Amino acid sequence: MVSSVISSAALLAAALQEAAPAAAAAPPPPEIVGADTAWILVSTALVLLMTPGVAFFYGGLVRAKNALNTLMMCFAAFGVCGVAWALLGYSLAFGTGGAYIGDFSFAFLSNVGVDAKGTIPHVLFMAFQASFAVVTATLIAGAIVDRMRFGPYLAFIALWTLFVYAPIAHWVWGGGWLSKLGVLDFAGGTVVHINAGVAATVAALVVGRRKDFGRQAMLPHNVPFALLGAALLYFGWFGFNAGSALTAGGGAAQAFATTMLAPMAALTIWIVLDFTRTRRATAVGAATAIVVGLVVITPAAGFVSPQSALAMGALGAIPSYYAILWRSRTRLDDSLDVLAGHGVGGITGAILTGVFADAAWGGTSGLLHGNAGQVLKQATGVVATIAYSAIMSFVLLKAIAMVSALAADAKAQGRGMDITQHGEEAYTNGEGALLVLEDREAEPLVRPAAVAPAGGVA
Amino acid sequence: MKLIVAIIRPEKLNDVLEGLYRAEVRGLTVSRVLGHGGETDAVETYRGTTVKMELHEKVRLEIGVSNPFVEVTVRAILESACTGEVGDGKIFVVPVESVYRIRTKEKDEAAVTPALN
Repeated sequence: MVSSVISSAALLAAALQEAAPAAAAAPPPPEIVGADTAWILVSTALVLLMTPGVAFFYGGLVRAKNALNTLMMCFAAFGVCGVAWALLGYSLAFGTGGAYIGDFSFAFLSNVGVDAKGTIPHVLFMAFQASFAVVTATLIAGAIVDRMRFGPYLAFIALWTLFVYAPIAHWVWGGGWLSKLGVLDFAGGTVVHINAGVAATVAALVVGRRKDFGRQAMLPHNVPFALLGAALLYFGWFGFNAGSALTAGGGAAQAFATTMLAPMAALTIWIVLDFTRTRRATAVGAATAIVVGLVVITPAAGFVSPQSALAMGALGAIPSYYAILWRSRTRLDDSLDVLAGHGVGGITGAILTGVFADAAWGGTSGLLHGNAGQVLKQATGVVATIAYSAIMSFVLLKAIAMVSALAADAKAQGRGMDITQHGEEAYTNGEGALLVLEDREAEPLVRPAAVAPAGGVA
Repeated sequence: MKLIVAIIRPEKLNDVLEGLYRAEVRGLTVSRVLGHGGETDAVETYRGTTVKMELHEKVRLEIGVSNPFVEVTVRAILESACTGEVGDGKIFVVPVESVYRIRTKEKDEAAVTPALN
Protein backbone atom coordinates (compact mmCIF):
# COMPACT_ATOMS: atom_id res chain seq x y z
CA MET A 1 0.00 0.00 0.00
CA VAL A 2 2.64 2.46 1.04
CA SER A 3 4.63 2.26 -2.17
CA SER A 4 1.59 2.48 -4.44
CA VAL A 5 0.15 5.36 -2.49
CA ILE A 6 3.40 7.22 -2.52
CA SER A 7 3.66 6.76 -6.27
CA SER A 8 0.10 7.99 -6.77
CA ALA A 9 0.88 10.94 -4.53
CA ALA A 10 3.88 11.68 -6.73
CA LEU A 11 1.67 11.52 -9.85
CA LEU A 12 -0.78 13.85 -8.18
CA ALA A 13 1.99 16.25 -7.30
CA ALA A 14 3.23 16.14 -10.90
CA ALA A 15 -0.27 16.83 -12.22
CA LEU A 16 -0.64 19.78 -9.89
CA GLN A 17 2.63 21.19 -11.09
CA GLU A 18 1.55 20.99 -14.71
CA ALA A 19 -1.52 23.01 -13.80
CA ALA A 20 0.59 25.64 -12.09
CA PRO A 21 3.03 27.13 -14.59
CA ALA A 22 5.10 28.85 -11.91
CA ALA A 23 6.22 25.53 -10.42
CA ALA A 24 9.45 23.87 -11.44
CA ALA A 25 9.17 21.19 -14.13
CA ALA A 26 11.04 18.43 -12.25
CA PRO A 27 9.35 16.79 -9.24
CA PRO A 28 10.92 18.21 -6.08
CA PRO A 29 12.83 16.01 -3.63
CA PRO A 30 10.62 14.60 -0.87
CA GLU A 31 9.56 17.30 1.47
CA ILE A 32 6.96 17.59 4.20
CA VAL A 33 3.55 18.88 3.10
CA GLY A 34 1.60 20.72 5.79
CA ALA A 35 -1.85 19.58 4.65
CA ASP A 36 -0.81 15.93 4.53
CA THR A 37 0.81 16.17 7.94
CA ALA A 38 -2.30 17.77 9.44
CA TRP A 39 -4.55 15.03 8.07
CA ILE A 40 -2.34 12.17 9.27
CA LEU A 41 -2.09 13.80 12.72
CA VAL A 42 -5.89 13.76 12.89
CA SER A 43 -6.07 10.24 11.42
CA THR A 44 -3.67 8.88 14.02
CA ALA A 45 -5.87 10.22 16.81
CA LEU A 46 -8.95 8.76 15.05
CA VAL A 47 -7.38 5.30 14.82
CA LEU A 48 -6.37 5.48 18.49
CA LEU A 49 -10.06 5.96 19.29
CA MET A 50 -10.81 2.60 17.67
CA THR A 51 -9.23 0.73 20.59
CA PRO A 52 -11.81 2.06 23.09
CA GLY A 53 -14.32 1.42 20.30
CA VAL A 54 -13.41 -2.27 20.25
CA ALA A 55 -13.39 -2.25 24.07
CA PHE A 56 -16.98 -1.03 24.32
CA PHE A 57 -18.15 -3.17 21.40
CA TYR A 58 -16.79 -6.29 23.11
CA GLY A 59 -17.49 -5.05 26.65
CA GLY A 60 -21.20 -4.69 25.94
CA LEU A 61 -21.43 -8.19 24.49
CA VAL A 62 -20.07 -10.06 27.52
CA ARG A 63 -21.75 -10.82 30.84
CA ALA A 64 -21.72 -8.15 33.58
CA LYS A 65 -19.24 -10.05 35.73
CA ASN A 66 -16.64 -9.92 32.93
CA ALA A 67 -17.22 -6.38 31.67
CA LEU A 68 -14.12 -4.75 33.13
CA ASN A 69 -11.87 -7.63 32.16
CA THR A 70 -13.02 -7.33 28.56
CA LEU A 71 -12.51 -3.56 28.51
CA MET A 72 -9.09 -4.01 30.11
CA MET A 73 -8.02 -6.57 27.50
CA CYS A 74 -8.43 -3.81 24.94
CA PHE A 75 -7.12 -0.84 26.92
CA ALA A 76 -4.05 -2.78 28.09
CA ALA A 77 -2.98 -3.14 24.44
CA PHE A 78 -2.23 0.60 24.48
CA GLY A 79 0.41 -0.33 27.04
CA VAL A 80 2.10 -3.55 26.04
CA CYS A 81 1.52 -3.52 22.29
CA GLY A 82 2.30 0.18 22.01
CA VAL A 83 5.60 -0.27 23.84
CA ALA A 84 6.47 -3.42 21.87
CA TRP A 85 5.81 -1.50 18.68
CA ALA A 86 7.99 1.44 19.67
CA LEU A 87 10.88 -0.72 20.89
CA LEU A 88 11.07 -3.26 18.06
CA GLY A 89 7.84 -3.76 16.12
CA TYR A 90 8.12 -0.68 13.95
CA SER A 91 11.63 -1.57 12.92
CA LEU A 92 10.71 -5.19 12.14
CA ALA A 93 7.81 -4.00 10.00
CA PHE A 94 9.21 -0.92 8.27
CA GLY A 95 12.99 -1.34 8.42
CA THR A 96 14.33 -2.05 4.92
CA GLY A 97 15.27 -5.67 5.66
CA GLY A 98 14.38 -8.41 3.17
CA ALA A 99 11.29 -9.95 1.63
CA TYR A 100 9.94 -11.41 4.87
CA ILE A 101 10.92 -9.13 7.73
CA GLY A 102 12.44 -5.71 8.35
CA ASP A 103 15.63 -5.08 10.29
CA PHE A 104 16.81 -3.32 13.43
CA SER A 105 17.62 0.02 11.77
CA PHE A 106 14.74 1.76 13.59
CA ALA A 107 14.98 -0.29 16.80
CA PHE A 108 14.18 1.78 19.91
CA LEU A 109 12.99 4.43 17.45
CA SER A 110 16.55 5.37 16.51
CA ASN A 111 16.74 7.23 13.18
CA VAL A 112 13.03 8.07 13.39
CA GLY A 113 12.95 11.83 13.29
CA VAL A 114 11.02 14.68 11.72
CA ASP A 115 12.62 14.10 8.32
CA ALA A 116 10.23 13.41 5.44
CA LYS A 117 8.82 9.95 4.84
CA GLY A 118 6.67 10.49 1.77
CA THR A 119 5.20 13.89 2.48
CA ILE A 120 4.82 13.53 6.26
CA PRO A 121 7.36 13.45 9.11
CA HIS A 122 8.82 10.00 9.70
CA VAL A 123 7.93 10.12 13.40
CA LEU A 124 4.28 10.73 12.48
CA PHE A 125 4.28 7.75 10.12
CA MET A 126 5.60 5.64 13.00
CA ALA A 127 2.83 6.91 15.32
CA PHE A 128 0.15 6.28 12.69
CA GLN A 129 1.36 2.71 12.25
CA ALA A 130 1.54 2.24 16.04
CA SER A 131 -2.16 3.01 16.34
CA PHE A 132 -2.81 0.19 13.82
CA ALA A 133 -0.67 -2.31 15.72
CA VAL A 134 -2.53 -1.59 18.97
CA VAL A 135 -6.05 -1.93 17.57
CA THR A 136 -5.18 -5.12 15.67
CA ALA A 137 -4.08 -6.90 18.85
CA THR A 138 -7.26 -5.88 20.70
CA LEU A 139 -9.41 -7.60 18.07
CA ILE A 140 -8.08 -10.98 19.25
CA ALA A 141 -9.58 -10.45 22.72
CA GLY A 142 -13.09 -11.12 21.41
CA ALA A 143 -12.37 -14.82 20.98
CA ILE A 144 -11.02 -15.48 24.47
CA VAL A 145 -13.10 -13.21 26.72
CA ASP A 146 -14.61 -14.56 29.95
CA ARG A 147 -11.78 -17.04 30.54
CA MET A 148 -8.21 -16.18 29.53
CA ARG A 149 -6.01 -15.14 32.45
CA PHE A 150 -4.83 -11.56 32.19
CA GLY A 151 -1.07 -12.10 32.55
CA PRO A 152 -0.73 -14.71 29.80
CA TYR A 153 -3.02 -12.59 27.64
CA LEU A 154 -0.72 -9.58 27.96
CA ALA A 155 2.30 -11.72 27.14
CA PHE A 156 0.53 -13.13 24.11
CA ILE A 157 -0.55 -9.86 22.52
CA ALA A 158 2.85 -8.24 23.10
CA LEU A 159 4.71 -11.16 21.50
CA TRP A 160 2.07 -11.43 18.79
CA THR A 161 2.62 -7.79 17.81
CA LEU A 162 6.34 -8.51 17.32
CA PHE A 163 6.30 -11.99 15.78
CA VAL A 164 3.06 -12.05 13.80
CA TYR A 165 1.79 -8.54 13.12
CA ALA A 166 5.14 -6.88 12.35
CA PRO A 167 6.30 -9.46 9.74
CA ILE A 168 2.95 -9.48 7.92
CA ALA A 169 2.89 -5.66 7.95
CA HIS A 170 6.36 -5.86 6.37
CA TRP A 171 5.16 -8.25 3.65
CA VAL A 172 2.36 -5.92 2.61
CA TRP A 173 3.42 -2.38 3.51
CA GLY A 174 7.13 -2.52 4.33
CA GLY A 175 8.30 -3.53 0.85
CA GLY A 176 8.08 -7.28 1.48
CA TRP A 177 7.15 -10.09 -0.89
CA LEU A 178 3.38 -9.55 -1.01
CA SER A 179 3.76 -5.90 -2.04
CA LYS A 180 6.28 -6.94 -4.72
CA LEU A 181 3.79 -9.54 -5.92
CA GLY A 182 1.24 -6.75 -6.39
CA VAL A 183 -1.28 -7.74 -3.71
CA LEU A 184 -3.67 -4.87 -3.07
CA ASP A 185 -4.29 -4.11 0.60
CA PHE A 186 -5.06 -0.44 1.06
CA ALA A 187 -5.51 -0.17 4.83
CA GLY A 188 -5.03 -3.65 6.25
CA GLY A 189 -7.59 -6.25 5.18
CA THR A 190 -4.95 -8.97 5.35
CA VAL A 191 -2.49 -7.43 7.82
CA VAL A 192 -5.13 -6.41 10.35
CA HIS A 193 -8.37 -8.30 9.87
CA ILE A 194 -7.56 -11.70 8.41
CA ASN A 195 -4.51 -11.82 10.64
CA ALA A 196 -6.45 -10.98 13.83
CA GLY A 197 -9.40 -13.19 12.86
CA VAL A 198 -7.18 -16.23 12.36
CA ALA A 199 -5.13 -15.59 15.51
CA ALA A 200 -8.36 -15.21 17.48
CA THR A 201 -9.67 -18.55 16.24
CA VAL A 202 -6.42 -20.29 17.15
CA ALA A 203 -6.50 -18.62 20.58
CA ALA A 204 -10.09 -19.78 21.17
CA LEU A 205 -9.03 -23.35 20.34
CA VAL A 206 -5.83 -23.35 22.40
CA VAL A 207 -7.23 -21.54 25.47
CA GLY A 208 -10.33 -23.72 25.40
CA ARG A 209 -14.03 -23.20 25.85
CA ARG A 210 -15.67 -21.22 28.62
CA LYS A 211 -17.14 -22.98 31.65
CA ASP A 212 -20.77 -23.81 30.85
CA PHE A 213 -20.30 -23.14 27.12
CA GLY A 214 -23.11 -24.87 25.26
CA ARG A 215 -25.07 -25.49 28.49
CA GLN A 216 -25.93 -22.00 29.51
CA ALA A 217 -27.00 -18.98 27.51
CA MET A 218 -24.40 -16.22 27.77
CA LEU A 219 -26.13 -13.02 26.85
CA PRO A 220 -24.78 -9.51 26.20
CA HIS A 221 -25.08 -7.43 29.37
CA ASN A 222 -25.22 -4.03 27.69
CA VAL A 223 -26.26 -3.85 24.04
CA PRO A 224 -26.15 -0.02 24.04
CA PHE A 225 -22.40 -0.34 24.81
CA ALA A 226 -22.02 -2.56 21.74
CA LEU A 227 -23.73 0.04 19.56
CA LEU A 228 -21.64 2.82 21.11
CA GLY A 229 -18.51 0.79 20.37
CA ALA A 230 -19.61 0.25 16.75
CA ALA A 231 -20.17 4.00 16.41
CA LEU A 232 -16.68 4.77 17.77
CA LEU A 233 -15.24 2.21 15.36
CA TYR A 234 -17.08 3.74 12.39
CA PHE A 235 -15.77 7.20 13.38
CA GLY A 236 -12.21 6.01 13.98
CA TRP A 237 -12.17 3.98 10.77
CA PHE A 238 -12.13 7.19 8.71
CA GLY A 239 -8.64 7.71 10.08
CA PHE A 240 -7.79 4.06 9.46
CA ASN A 241 -8.82 4.05 5.79
CA ALA A 242 -8.76 7.67 4.62
CA GLY A 243 -5.57 8.20 6.64
CA SER A 244 -3.96 5.27 4.83
CA ALA A 245 -3.87 7.46 1.72
CA LEU A 246 -1.03 9.20 3.64
CA THR A 247 -1.95 12.41 1.82
CA ALA A 248 -4.79 14.89 2.22
CA GLY A 249 -5.79 14.83 -1.46
CA GLY A 250 -8.28 13.03 -3.65
CA GLY A 251 -7.11 9.60 -2.51
CA ALA A 252 -8.12 10.37 1.07
CA ALA A 253 -11.49 11.72 -0.06
CA GLN A 254 -12.11 8.59 -2.12
CA ALA A 255 -11.19 6.32 0.80
CA PHE A 256 -13.42 8.39 3.09
CA ALA A 257 -16.41 8.00 0.77
CA THR A 258 -15.91 4.26 0.22
CA THR A 259 -15.47 3.76 3.98
CA MET A 260 -18.69 5.61 4.63
CA LEU A 261 -20.72 3.76 2.00
CA ALA A 262 -19.74 0.12 2.51
CA PRO A 263 -21.06 -0.18 6.10
CA MET A 264 -24.28 1.52 4.99
CA ALA A 265 -24.83 -1.17 2.38
CA ALA A 266 -23.75 -3.92 4.79
CA LEU A 267 -26.18 -2.69 7.44
CA THR A 268 -29.05 -2.58 4.96
CA ILE A 269 -28.41 -6.13 3.75
CA TRP A 270 -27.95 -7.36 7.33
CA ILE A 271 -31.36 -5.93 8.31
CA VAL A 272 -32.93 -7.61 5.28
CA LEU A 273 -31.32 -10.95 6.19
CA ASP A 274 -32.44 -10.58 9.82
CA PHE A 275 -35.98 -9.72 8.72
CA THR A 276 -36.31 -12.62 6.34
CA ARG A 277 -34.87 -15.11 8.86
CA THR A 278 -36.58 -14.08 12.11
CA ARG A 279 -38.91 -11.19 11.16
CA ARG A 280 -36.95 -8.93 13.52
CA ALA A 281 -33.92 -6.71 12.96
CA THR A 282 -31.59 -6.96 15.94
CA ALA A 283 -29.43 -4.23 17.46
CA VAL A 284 -26.50 -6.58 18.08
CA GLY A 285 -26.81 -7.50 14.42
CA ALA A 286 -26.71 -3.84 13.39
CA ALA A 287 -23.56 -3.22 15.43
CA THR A 288 -21.96 -6.31 13.87
CA ALA A 289 -23.03 -5.30 10.36
CA ILE A 290 -21.35 -1.90 10.63
CA VAL A 291 -18.08 -3.52 11.69
CA VAL A 292 -18.30 -6.14 8.92
CA GLY A 293 -18.94 -3.45 6.30
CA LEU A 294 -15.87 -1.55 7.52
CA VAL A 295 -13.72 -4.69 7.49
CA VAL A 296 -14.78 -5.57 3.94
CA ILE A 297 -13.93 -2.16 2.48
CA THR A 298 -10.61 -1.81 4.34
CA PRO A 299 -8.36 -3.48 1.71
CA ALA A 300 -10.19 -1.73 -1.12
CA ALA A 301 -10.86 1.76 0.22
CA GLY A 302 -8.42 3.58 -2.06
CA PHE A 303 -8.72 1.25 -5.08
CA VAL A 304 -12.45 1.12 -5.88
CA SER A 305 -15.18 3.53 -6.89
CA PRO A 306 -17.87 4.61 -4.41
CA GLN A 307 -20.41 2.55 -6.37
CA SER A 308 -18.21 -0.53 -6.00
CA ALA A 309 -17.94 0.20 -2.27
CA LEU A 310 -21.72 -0.08 -1.98
CA ALA A 311 -21.61 -3.39 -3.84
CA MET A 312 -18.74 -4.67 -1.70
CA GLY A 313 -20.51 -3.76 1.54
CA ALA A 314 -23.71 -5.47 0.41
CA LEU A 315 -21.98 -8.64 -0.84
CA GLY A 316 -19.58 -8.69 2.10
CA ALA A 317 -22.36 -8.83 4.69
CA ILE A 318 -23.63 -12.20 3.46
CA PRO A 319 -20.70 -14.58 4.24
CA SER A 320 -20.19 -13.07 7.70
CA TYR A 321 -23.91 -13.26 8.49
CA TYR A 322 -24.03 -16.97 7.75
CA ALA A 323 -20.63 -17.60 9.36
CA ILE A 324 -22.05 -16.33 12.67
CA LEU A 325 -25.08 -18.61 12.35
CA TRP A 326 -22.80 -21.54 11.52
CA ARG A 327 -20.34 -20.84 14.36
CA SER A 328 -23.03 -20.77 17.04
CA ARG A 329 -24.00 -24.31 16.08
CA THR A 330 -20.44 -25.62 16.46
CA ARG A 331 -18.33 -26.32 19.55
CA LEU A 332 -15.94 -23.48 18.63
CA ASP A 333 -16.13 -20.91 21.44
CA ASP A 334 -15.02 -17.88 19.43
CA SER A 335 -17.07 -15.95 21.96
CA LEU A 336 -17.70 -12.69 20.10
CA ASP A 337 -17.31 -14.03 16.53
CA VAL A 338 -13.97 -12.52 15.63
CA LEU A 339 -13.57 -15.20 12.94
CA ALA A 340 -16.91 -14.42 11.31
CA GLY A 341 -16.53 -10.64 11.58
CA HIS A 342 -12.86 -10.02 10.92
CA GLY A 343 -11.60 -13.30 9.46
CA VAL A 344 -14.42 -14.03 7.02
CA GLY A 345 -15.09 -10.30 6.44
CA GLY A 346 -11.40 -9.73 5.76
CA ILE A 347 -11.17 -12.64 3.31
CA THR A 348 -14.32 -11.49 1.49
CA GLY A 349 -12.92 -7.96 1.29
CA ALA A 350 -9.51 -9.08 0.06
CA ILE A 351 -11.00 -11.21 -2.73
CA LEU A 352 -13.60 -8.60 -3.69
CA THR A 353 -10.80 -6.03 -3.90
CA GLY A 354 -9.36 -8.18 -6.69
CA VAL A 355 -12.76 -8.09 -8.37
CA PHE A 356 -13.73 -4.42 -8.06
CA ALA A 357 -10.33 -2.65 -8.13
CA ASP A 358 -10.21 -0.02 -10.87
CA ALA A 359 -7.01 1.62 -12.10
CA ALA A 360 -8.99 4.80 -12.77
CA TRP A 361 -9.54 5.01 -8.98
CA GLY A 362 -5.95 4.17 -8.01
CA GLY A 363 -3.87 1.00 -7.85
CA THR A 364 -4.36 -1.68 -10.49
CA SER A 365 -7.48 -3.01 -12.15
CA GLY A 366 -9.25 -6.12 -10.98
CA LEU A 367 -11.48 -8.79 -12.54
CA LEU A 368 -14.30 -6.45 -13.56
CA HIS A 369 -11.86 -4.18 -15.36
CA GLY A 370 -10.12 -6.88 -17.31
CA ASN A 371 -7.45 -8.16 -14.93
CA ALA A 372 -8.61 -11.55 -13.67
CA GLY A 373 -5.13 -12.37 -12.41
CA GLN A 374 -5.54 -9.87 -9.57
CA VAL A 375 -8.02 -12.20 -7.83
CA LEU A 376 -5.35 -14.90 -7.76
CA LYS A 377 -2.82 -12.47 -6.29
CA GLN A 378 -5.34 -11.47 -3.62
CA ALA A 379 -5.95 -15.14 -2.83
CA THR A 380 -2.19 -15.66 -2.44
CA GLY A 381 -2.10 -12.87 0.12
CA VAL A 382 -5.05 -14.39 1.98
CA VAL A 383 -3.60 -17.90 2.11
CA ALA A 384 -0.14 -16.72 3.15
CA THR A 385 -1.58 -14.58 5.95
CA ILE A 386 -3.84 -17.36 7.23
CA ALA A 387 -1.02 -19.90 7.26
CA TYR A 388 1.58 -17.69 8.94
CA SER A 389 -0.81 -16.20 11.48
CA ALA A 390 -2.28 -19.58 12.45
CA ILE A 391 1.06 -21.33 12.89
CA MET A 392 2.82 -18.52 14.73
CA SER A 393 -0.14 -17.74 17.02
CA PHE A 394 -0.31 -21.43 17.92
CA VAL A 395 3.40 -21.58 18.70
CA LEU A 396 3.31 -18.42 20.84
CA LEU A 397 0.31 -19.62 22.85
CA LYS A 398 1.83 -23.05 23.44
CA ALA A 399 5.09 -21.45 24.53
CA ILE A 400 3.27 -19.24 27.05
CA ALA A 401 1.24 -22.23 28.25
CA MET A 402 4.48 -23.96 29.22
CA VAL A 403 5.15 -21.17 31.71
CA SER A 404 1.65 -20.41 32.95
CA ALA A 405 -1.92 -21.70 32.55
CA LEU A 406 -3.81 -19.81 29.84
CA ALA A 407 -7.37 -20.22 31.13
CA ALA A 408 -8.75 -19.32 34.54
CA ASP A 409 -10.15 -22.31 36.46
CA ALA A 410 -13.88 -22.97 36.55
CA LYS A 411 -14.29 -21.41 39.99
CA ALA A 412 -12.62 -18.16 38.96
CA GLN A 413 -14.72 -18.06 35.79
CA GLY A 414 -17.82 -18.64 37.90
CA ARG A 415 -17.10 -15.71 40.19
CA GLY A 416 -16.28 -13.57 37.20
CA MET A 417 -13.05 -12.33 35.67
CA ASP A 418 -13.51 -8.79 37.02
CA ILE A 419 -13.13 -9.88 40.65
CA THR A 420 -10.62 -12.67 40.09
CA GLN A 421 -8.31 -10.92 37.60
CA HIS A 422 -8.62 -7.28 38.58
CA GLY A 423 -10.09 -7.13 42.11
CA GLU A 424 -12.74 -4.70 40.89
CA GLU A 425 -16.32 -4.88 39.74
CA ALA A 426 -17.92 -2.94 36.91
CA TYR A 427 -21.23 -2.47 38.66
CA THR A 428 -20.90 -2.37 42.42
CA ASN A 429 -23.05 -0.35 44.81
CA GLY A 430 -20.56 -0.50 47.64
CA GLU A 431 -22.98 -2.17 50.04
CA GLY A 432 -21.09 -4.19 52.61
CA ALA A 433 -17.71 -2.75 51.60
CA LEU A 434 -15.44 -2.17 54.59
CA LEU A 435 -12.60 0.29 54.28
CA VAL A 436 -9.22 -1.32 54.93
CA LEU A 437 -6.95 1.25 56.57
CA GLU A 438 -3.22 0.65 56.37
CA ASP A 439 -2.33 1.73 59.93
CA ARG A 440 -5.09 -0.35 61.47
CA GLU A 441 -4.11 -3.51 59.66
CA ALA A 442 -2.75 -5.06 62.87
CA GLU A 443 -6.07 -4.73 64.67
CA PRO A 444 -8.73 -7.33 63.94
CA LEU A 445 -11.54 -5.91 61.88
CA VAL A 446 -14.68 -5.49 63.92
CA ARG A 447 -17.56 -6.77 61.93
CA PRO A 448 -20.74 -4.70 62.33
CA ALA A 449 -23.38 -6.77 64.09
CA ALA A 450 -26.02 -5.78 61.57
CA VAL A 451 -24.01 -7.23 58.72
CA ALA A 452 -23.37 -10.72 60.04
CA PRO A 453 -25.17 -11.69 63.21
CA ALA A 454 -24.18 -14.90 64.91
CA GLY A 455 -25.54 -17.77 62.87
CA GLY A 456 -25.89 -15.47 59.89
CA VAL A 457 -27.94 -16.45 56.93
CA ALA A 458 -26.09 -17.60 53.89
CA MET B 1 -47.31 -27.52 52.38
CA LYS B 2 -43.97 -25.92 52.93
CA LEU B 3 -42.17 -22.89 51.61
CA ILE B 4 -38.61 -23.78 50.73
CA VAL B 5 -36.26 -20.81 50.84
CA ALA B 6 -32.78 -21.48 49.51
CA ILE B 7 -29.83 -19.07 49.44
CA ILE B 8 -27.27 -20.16 46.84
CA ARG B 9 -24.28 -18.89 44.88
CA PRO B 10 -25.27 -16.91 41.78
CA GLU B 11 -22.92 -18.98 39.61
CA LYS B 12 -24.73 -22.14 40.75
CA LEU B 13 -28.19 -20.89 39.80
CA ASN B 14 -28.14 -22.57 36.43
CA ASP B 15 -27.15 -25.91 37.92
CA VAL B 16 -29.88 -25.61 40.57
CA LEU B 17 -32.55 -24.77 38.00
CA GLU B 18 -31.45 -27.79 36.00
CA GLY B 19 -31.56 -29.99 39.13
CA LEU B 20 -35.03 -28.78 40.04
CA TYR B 21 -36.24 -29.33 36.50
CA ARG B 22 -34.98 -32.92 36.61
CA ALA B 23 -36.74 -33.38 39.97
CA GLU B 24 -39.91 -32.14 38.27
CA VAL B 25 -40.23 -29.19 40.57
CA ARG B 26 -41.90 -26.38 38.64
CA GLY B 27 -42.79 -22.89 39.77
CA LEU B 28 -40.36 -20.80 41.75
CA THR B 29 -39.35 -17.23 42.51
CA VAL B 30 -35.74 -16.06 42.18
CA SER B 31 -34.28 -12.87 43.62
CA ARG B 32 -30.80 -11.42 43.83
CA VAL B 33 -29.77 -10.69 47.38
CA LEU B 34 -26.67 -9.70 49.33
CA GLY B 35 -25.50 -11.77 52.23
CA HIS B 36 -22.64 -13.13 54.24
CA GLY B 37 -22.00 -16.67 55.33
CA GLY B 38 -18.52 -16.61 56.81
CA GLU B 39 -16.63 -17.03 53.54
CA THR B 40 -13.37 -15.20 52.88
CA ASP B 41 -13.94 -11.59 52.02
CA ALA B 42 -13.01 -10.51 48.53
CA VAL B 43 -10.52 -7.65 48.60
CA GLU B 44 -10.98 -4.98 45.95
CA THR B 45 -9.00 -1.86 45.23
CA TYR B 46 -10.30 1.36 43.74
CA ARG B 47 -7.64 4.02 43.15
CA GLY B 48 -5.62 3.20 46.25
CA THR B 49 -8.66 2.60 48.41
CA THR B 50 -8.70 -1.01 49.51
CA VAL B 51 -12.01 -2.46 50.62
CA LYS B 52 -13.20 -5.81 51.86
CA MET B 53 -16.46 -6.86 50.35
CA GLU B 54 -18.34 -8.15 53.40
CA LEU B 55 -21.54 -8.82 51.53
CA HIS B 56 -21.52 -11.28 48.69
CA GLU B 57 -24.01 -11.57 45.87
CA LYS B 58 -26.32 -14.48 46.47
CA VAL B 59 -29.48 -15.76 44.86
CA ARG B 60 -32.59 -16.58 46.88
CA LEU B 61 -35.04 -19.17 45.63
CA GLU B 62 -38.55 -19.45 47.04
CA ILE B 63 -40.51 -22.57 46.18
CA GLY B 64 -43.94 -23.50 47.53
CA VAL B 65 -44.33 -27.30 47.51
CA SER B 66 -46.76 -29.93 48.72
CA ASN B 67 -45.51 -32.24 51.47
CA PRO B 68 -44.45 -35.19 49.25
CA PHE B 69 -42.24 -32.80 47.27
CA VAL B 70 -40.34 -31.29 50.21
CA GLU B 71 -37.67 -34.00 50.41
CA VAL B 72 -37.25 -34.17 46.63
CA THR B 73 -36.83 -30.42 46.30
CA VAL B 74 -34.37 -30.11 49.17
CA ARG B 75 -32.25 -32.96 47.87
CA ALA B 76 -32.18 -31.50 44.36
CA ILE B 77 -30.88 -28.18 45.72
CA LEU B 78 -28.37 -29.81 48.09
CA GLU B 79 -26.86 -31.78 45.22
CA SER B 80 -26.78 -29.06 42.61
CA ALA B 81 -25.73 -26.03 44.67
CA CYS B 82 -22.78 -27.61 46.44
CA THR B 83 -19.15 -26.70 45.70
CA GLY B 84 -17.85 -27.86 49.09
CA GLU B 85 -16.51 -24.46 50.08
CA VAL B 86 -17.70 -21.98 52.66
CA GLY B 87 -20.42 -19.78 51.22
CA ASP B 88 -22.47 -22.43 49.42
CA GLY B 89 -25.62 -21.22 51.18
CA LYS B 90 -28.54 -22.55 53.22
CA ILE B 91 -31.96 -24.09 52.75
CA PHE B 92 -34.86 -23.21 55.05
CA VAL B 93 -38.06 -25.24 55.10
CA VAL B 94 -40.87 -23.08 56.46
CA PRO B 95 -44.43 -24.22 57.26
CA VAL B 96 -47.14 -22.55 55.21
CA GLU B 97 -50.65 -21.93 56.45
CA SER B 98 -52.36 -21.74 53.11
CA VAL B 99 -51.66 -21.14 49.44
CA TYR B 100 -53.96 -19.68 46.78
CA ARG B 101 -53.57 -19.64 43.05
CA ILE B 102 -54.81 -16.25 41.90
CA ARG B 103 -55.92 -17.26 38.41
CA THR B 104 -58.23 -20.13 39.40
CA LYS B 105 -58.83 -19.35 43.11
CA GLU B 106 -57.63 -22.91 43.88
CA LYS B 107 -56.41 -23.46 47.41
CA ASP B 108 -53.54 -25.35 49.10
CA GLU B 109 -52.46 -28.64 47.46
CA ALA B 110 -54.28 -27.81 44.22
CA ALA B 111 -52.64 -24.40 44.14
CA VAL B 112 -49.07 -25.76 44.26
CA THR B 113 -49.66 -28.55 41.75
CA PRO B 114 -48.26 -27.52 38.35
CA ALA B 115 -50.96 -26.18 36.07
CA LEU B 116 -51.53 -28.19 32.91
CA ASN B 117 -51.94 -26.01 29.90
